[in-house]
Amino acid sequence: MTSSILEVENLHIRYGGAATDAVRGVSFTLGRERLGIVGESGSGKSTVGRGLLRLLPSAKITADKLRFEDVDLLSLSEDQMLGVRGRRMSMILQDPKFSLNPIRKVGDQVAETYLRHFKCSRQDAREKAVAMLEAVKIRDPERVCEQYPHEISGGMGQRVMIAMMLLADPDVVIADEPTSALDVTVRLQVLNILDSLVRDRGIGLIMISHDLNLVRNFCDRVLIMYAGRVVETLAARDLDKAQHPYTRGLLAAQPRIGGTRAPLAVLDRRPEWLEEVSR
Amino acid sequence: MSTRRLSMQGAIGHIGTILVTLLGLLVLTFIIGRMMPADPVRAMVGEDATRETYEQVFRSLGLDRPLWEQFFYYLGDVLTGNFGTSIRTGQPVIQDILHVMPATIELATFAILIGAGIGVPMGVIAAVNKDRWLDHVVRVLSLFGHSMPIFWTGMIALIVLYAKLDLVGGSGRMDQFYIGLVPETTGFLLIDSLLAGEMDVFWSAVNHLILPAALLGYSSSAYITRMTRSFMLDQLGQEYITTARVKGLSNRQTVWRHAFGNIRVQLVTIVALAYGSLLEGAVLIETVFAWPGFGQYLTSNLIIGDMNAVMTCVLIVGVIFIALNLLSDVLYRLFDPRTR
Repeated sequence: MTSSILEVENLHIRYGGAATDAVRGVSFTLGRERLGIVGESGSGKSTVGRGLLRLLPSAKITADKLRFEDVDLLSLSEDQMLGVRGRRMSMILQDPKFSLNPIRKVGDQVAETYLRHFKCSRQDAREKAVAMLEAVKIRDPERVCEQYPHEISGGMGQRVMIAMMLLADPDVVIADEPTSALDVTVRLQVLNILDSLVRDRGIGLIMISHDLNLVRNFCDRVLIMYAGRVVETLAARDLDKAQHPYTRGLLAAQPRIGGTRAPLAVLDRRPEWLEEVSR
Repeated sequence: MSTRRLSMQGAIGHIGTILVTLLGLLVLTFIIGRMMPADPVRAMVGEDATRETYEQVFRSLGLDRPLWEQFFYYLGDVLTGNFGTSIRTGQPVIQDILHVMPATIELATFAILIGAGIGVPMGVIAAVNKDRWLDHVVRVLSLFGHSMPIFWTGMIALIVLYAKLDLVGGSGRMDQFYIGLVPETTGFLLIDSLLAGEMDVFWSAVNHLILPAALLGYSSSAYITRMTRSFMLDQLGQEYITTARVKGLSNRQTVWRHAFGNIRVQLVTIVALAYGSLLEGAVLIETVFAWPGFGQYLTSNLIIGDMNAVMTCVLIVGVIFIALNLLSDVLYRLFDPRTR
């Protein structure tokens, strides 16, 4: 793939004080597409996302290659990294209840992203923020700007989060379980907003999730992670044709509306998969 | 509309709580006054008064009345601003206290400014550099401040900085030479000397204030540092900090623009409490530095059993704490939109 934005080869991440790597030799490329990373809790999927943004101060990150557009992420200084975060690569966090600063107004928090990366007046940044809030389908954005995070709903909070992270027009967005804290009814709405913005702007999206159906519907390709490794990579539409027994196990453990009432399959985890190398 | 009504109810509830607390405080001081193993009548009439004199004074003080009746007399007296006369000085107690309080307020205010001014930044620095050498240095320093007996550090500091190096003033609020030069208008020497235009006295007062205030400040900074560090660590682990970093903010911007705002409420509480205990009087420092303050006044009256004075002192300490709590409640509302 020549048009790839992000190229990751043999990524290892080890938390400070840990005996083993949390991420062990993950490789993938990302183009202007939507890539899902699926796995159980503890499989290392979130660690990959945070590692790419170098947000893990105590962790040791190594890779044969960690190229983002024209830069090698590993060789950047922290100062240079500050120019990448938020501006060229950003991340949508899980739960707006915790990921928004409780004592600052929504408008200020959104505008801060713009103020941080562009030389402009507060007024200009504010206008950008309002326009972006409109783009995530918030009605009456001027009023929402003056509200505090505890005064808005979870779905609205997550749309504010999306606005904040897309405001500086990044090339890659990592969405770390963006809807798992939301009510089922607003999930789809938020995902559709994210999806259309990502498509319109040609952003590369990494969707980290444990929800197979969500990934199937909103991603082009899927990586299945198990114990810090990628065990299988497939096109989202081919998810049902997965070969790896772990992926098959994940699929089998899902309940289906109209399915039989027989007990669901229990996930099988075999030690030999731990050392297996994909591709 | 409904939120305004709610906040009105809140304000009324607040005032109600304060009144109940004040009443409780009055009951407490009254009981302390009556339970103290000191005989106020004996203290007044002297050891070799006749039985008749004793009984007469006993009755004139209303001590032959039932306890609840005595309490209502006490309540009435307090409400009309009559706190009784000091046995020792023969003056109204309140007048004596108004005379010593400014010295303590001056000392405590400077001490808390120093304590919070050092303690808060040190705590933040320690939290940001958790488990690195800077953190360890700060923690050792605050441990020293916490564990060194203040009368000892006070004396050592006086010997070194005053007697040997002559960098600061010695004991008392100003040099002997200046005493009586400035008329007592507010009781606050720094203000009075400025009002009188006596800059020499002002600088002498500053010179005398700086050492005891620094020592008290250092010792309260120890507590403030430790608390700030733990509040800060708590906030730095929150998810909104990750958000701020994802936006591209530097560590410093993340700490001061995002995390610090969220610890202000907690800081206000502990600084107000530390200030309260300083206003209560730092007896040891006041003794070492011959500082004519509230702590000394309370202690000396406690020892000779001058009950009116003691009861009033306890009452004042209680009122100070109620006032500081009220202040921190107001600041909560200012700092945290969720409480509005």
